[in-house]
Amino acid sequence: MAYRQGNDWLQAVRDVSFHINAGETYGLVGESGSGKTTLVLAVLRYLGSKGSIISGDIYLGDQSMRALDDQELRQMWGKQVALVPQNPQSSLNPSIRVGEQVAEIFRYQNKLSEPDAKLQTLEWFQKVRLPDPERVATSYPHQISGGMQQRVLIAMALSISPSLLVLDEPTTNLDVTIQAVILDLIDELISEQNMAVLYVTHNLGVISRYCDRVGVMYASELVEEAHPKELFSEPLHPYTQGLLDSIPQFGETKDRIRLQPILGQIPAIGQGPSGCIFRPRCPVAIEVCTNRPSLFPAGGNRLSRCHRWQEIALDDISVQQTPPSIERQQKGMAEGRSQTLELENVSISFPLQRSLNDFLRGKPRKGVQAVNKVDLVIPSGTTLGLVGESGSGKTTIARSIMGLQSIRAGVIKLHKVSIPDQLSRRDLETLRQLQIVFQNPQEALNPHLTVGETLRRPFIRLLGLPRSEADAKVIDLLEAVHLTAAYANRYPGELSGGEIQRVALARGIASRPDLLILDEPISSLDVSVQAAILNLVNELQRDIQNSILFISHNLAVIGYLADQIAVIYVGTLMEIARQSDLFQPPHHPYTEALISAIPQIDPQTSHLPIHLDGEMPDPVNIPTGCPFHTRCPRFIGEICANTAPRWQIDPRTEKRIFCHIPLEDLLSSQAQSTSDGTGLE
Amino acid sequence: MNSISKSSNNGLGVVPSWWRRLLQFFQQLFSRPVSGFGTAITLVFLIVALISPLIAPYGANEIIVADARQPPSNEHWFGTDNLGRDVYSRVLLGSREVLVLAGFGTLFAVLFGTLFGLMTGYQGGWFDEITMRIFDSLLAIPALLLALLLLGTIANSKYSVLLVIVVIYTPIVARVVRSVVLAVKPQGFIETARLGGESRTRILLREILPSVIPTLSVESALRFSYAIFLVASLGFLGVGVQPPSPNWGLMVKEARAYVTLIPWALFFPAAAISLVVIGVNLMADGVKRLMSPDQID
Repeated sequence: MAYRQGNDWLQAVRDVSFHINAGETYGLVGESGSGKTTLVLAVLRYLGSKGSIISGDIYLGDQSMRALDDQELRQMWGKQVALVPQNPQSSLNPSIRVGEQVAEIFRYQNKLSEPDAKLQTLEWFQKVRLPDPERVATSYPHQISGGMQQRVLIAMALSISPSLLVLDEPTTNLDVTIQAVILDLIDELISEQNMAVLYVTHNLGVISRYCDRVGVMYASELVEEAHPKELFSEPLHPYTQGLLDSIPQFGETKDRIRLQPILGQIPAIGQGPSGCIFRPRCPVAIEVCTNRPSLFPAGGNRLSRCHRWQEIALDDISVQQTPPSIERQQKGMAEGRSQTLELENVSISFPLQRSLNDFLRGKPRKGVQAVNKVDLVIPSGTTLGLVGESGSGKTTIARSIMGLQSIRAGVIKLHKVSIPDQLSRRDLETLRQLQIVFQNPQEALNPHLTVGETLRRPFIRLLGLPRSEADAKVIDLLEAVHLTAAYANRYPGELSGGEIQRVALARGIASRPDLLILDEPISSLDVSVQAAILNLVNELQRDIQNSILFISHNLAVIGYLADQIAVIYVGTLMEIARQSDLFQPPHHPYTEALISAIPQIDPQTSHLPIHLDGEMPDPVNIPTGCPFHTRCPRFIGEICANTAPRWQIDPRTEKRIFCHIPLEDLLSSQAQSTSDGTGLE
Repeated sequence: MNSISKSSNNGLGVVPSWWRRLLQFFQQLFSRPVSGFGTAITLVFLIVALISPLIAPYGANEIIVADARQPPSNEHWFGTDNLGRDVYSRVLLGSREVLVLAGFGTLFAVLFGTLFGLMTGYQGGWFDEITMRIFDSLLAIPALLLALLLLGTIANSKYSVLLVIVVIYTPIVARVVRSVVLAVKPQGFIETARLGGESRTRILLREILPSVIPTLSVESALRFSYAIFLVASLGFLGVGVQPPSPNWGLMVKEARAYVTLIPWALFFPAAAISLVVIGVNLMADGVKRLMSPDQID
């Protein structure tokens, strides 16, 4: 199976060639704007009226796909090519039952009768291990979870036994523990059928675990192709190296390693430089790079689009800049540090609507428990990382600290003084001390105000400076986040995602808050930009010595940035550990699963992920006892289901674990499975 | 689709003044033939309304008995009516009455509607519930019926017509504004402003209002065209304005009886109504395209 493509009008994809053998999984990795989605659409011949393949051709077996007419194309889509899309929600028809949508394929493609099609559907639902296939088949898409929707789509794609399967970021919208299960499922199912798989993603870890060969795309071009092990241990293109350096790995911490962001940003489509497309951002660009490099064969099955690949291979030049050493004063949990923020026994619930009947009888409102008896302490000048999957209540905690969400029970203390939970009852000084940077940069800044207008408000309102002084401070602030004064006159619409996040950070630190909350500040950014933002967060904290509550679903990022880490699961804290201890056993079983579920780039660590069964519990109906007992792989019986655990404290590390299993038992079993290189299974 | 966001990207790095933005906005309106046509008609009528006393050859109620019921001629471009009044002059002078009433009515309705919309949308709760239910009940009654009802109970004058327009259109504008506020309110930058200790007034006027403006300008243009129609309709029904006012609706009503004899006395004011309503509507359509390009097909 061969595939080749040439120029496009706007050159969304330029001069890309690769081939996928039957039974092979080819990974295509790239940041947003690299052209990978366009490439997928081209492979599917689904470019629509706005796009067109200018030159080159795509072959499926011996069949040129460019030559196909509409009729033949439909045949091919139905029988030979299948896609698992990124967003399962929008790929299923919301008004047709799930089973019907799958059965339709069997009726039309395989000409099965209705009852036979139904049977086939249920069989496939079993194959993708949907719990209770019959119930799922009669559900509408919105009635099943995202993970289950994705299983349905996998069943649809595989049921036609395609010769080419295209996976377009199939797990990007899913939680890590679900992602691990889905990816292994896909891996298992495709190994049964002899098909070619094109796997498109931005997640390097996933690629390294599941693909046989990897192509790296940058700004419409394929810049490197190799086996994942070779690619990640010894990249032959500066861009690949840059990508690897900008992601924090497990165990890397801010005290030891400074991340290496790739400078600049990806050029807009059709506006790339002449010569090597990566030249403006490349640390080792030289004269010859003004000529466009071709894809040089680089030994073995490797290809690199870099003039200097030989020098890189021989380590004659180092793409890795030596990380500047970081002086940083030691900070332990040492006593003497005052506490910036304390949460004591905080519970938060969202009230549900009462029925009219209940209202008239004066029954109290029922609530959905979002956060249950959370105790957290953030010592001044330190970073607390709060990690959890979606629905774990981490954002709710942040909102309650900010006064945007009232709490049902508990106390929030700022500098040991209890503060009201309602924003309207807090004074300006309290507001000044607490600031937050929201998750979505697109809505973090008012699109109708210039950056300067937004940034000067905290100075005027919270610090009481006159306008002229505030404007001068804005310039300082912009420089502190490595932007120029010219940005003060720009509107958010004119900024890139990374620049917007810098401005949002600037707004957050403007009032010199004692506590800055960062709610998933980098999860919507591209990998190469993420590193720069993380470095900036570190730098700013060193300068103004504030405390940070860093919220993320990404354990590696949290592990890199935080001094202390708290793991939360459906509103209950599971584990609190110092950064240096989090990745060392004993772990809470949930933390253990979480750590193992994250695909690692490092080719050496190839442990199997622990599979968590089932779905996150429904917040209306949180399990009794330990909330994790329904999915816990180390479930020890009755006690887990009935009694809430107590906090156990590891005397050596002060690590706190919310579990019934004695720490010694956790330690011995987990140390064993780590040394085996296998998970629980 | 060149939306207005381009205006700020003028390469000079300077924030364009409101005046420059307005000019640019009109330029874009004229760049499409249809909306350009509508805008031109609207502007012509507005200018005529402004200078009509200067250019009208006769007074609105100047009766030239000898020239009664004359067809259009050099002397009287649109002919004369049953009483011998110059129809051309009356149409010109009538534009002032119609456009001023409709214009100010729309202006006040937009002002009050924006105020209520911002407050109900941002505040929520009981205040929102009560205000919106009152508005709902006003909206449930057909506009013309409500107008007749109101004019029947209050003084039958020009100013009552103005009041009627305000009462009828305020709830509609408020609803539209409120829906935009509800969409903007949960966004991060509003919460950031609240956490920055900003006052409610400032959040409403500086943070939320700019997002409302695009929708509001489309709505204003639409309301204006409906208001013109309403003023003319009320004139035709003989409420609110009294003869011998040169209200176009009233002129149509008066000429109706003699339509076979002097059709021009009916045709020209009727044409004026149609033309200005069509013009404003086409302009509103153009504004809509400029303000929210993604909402059109």
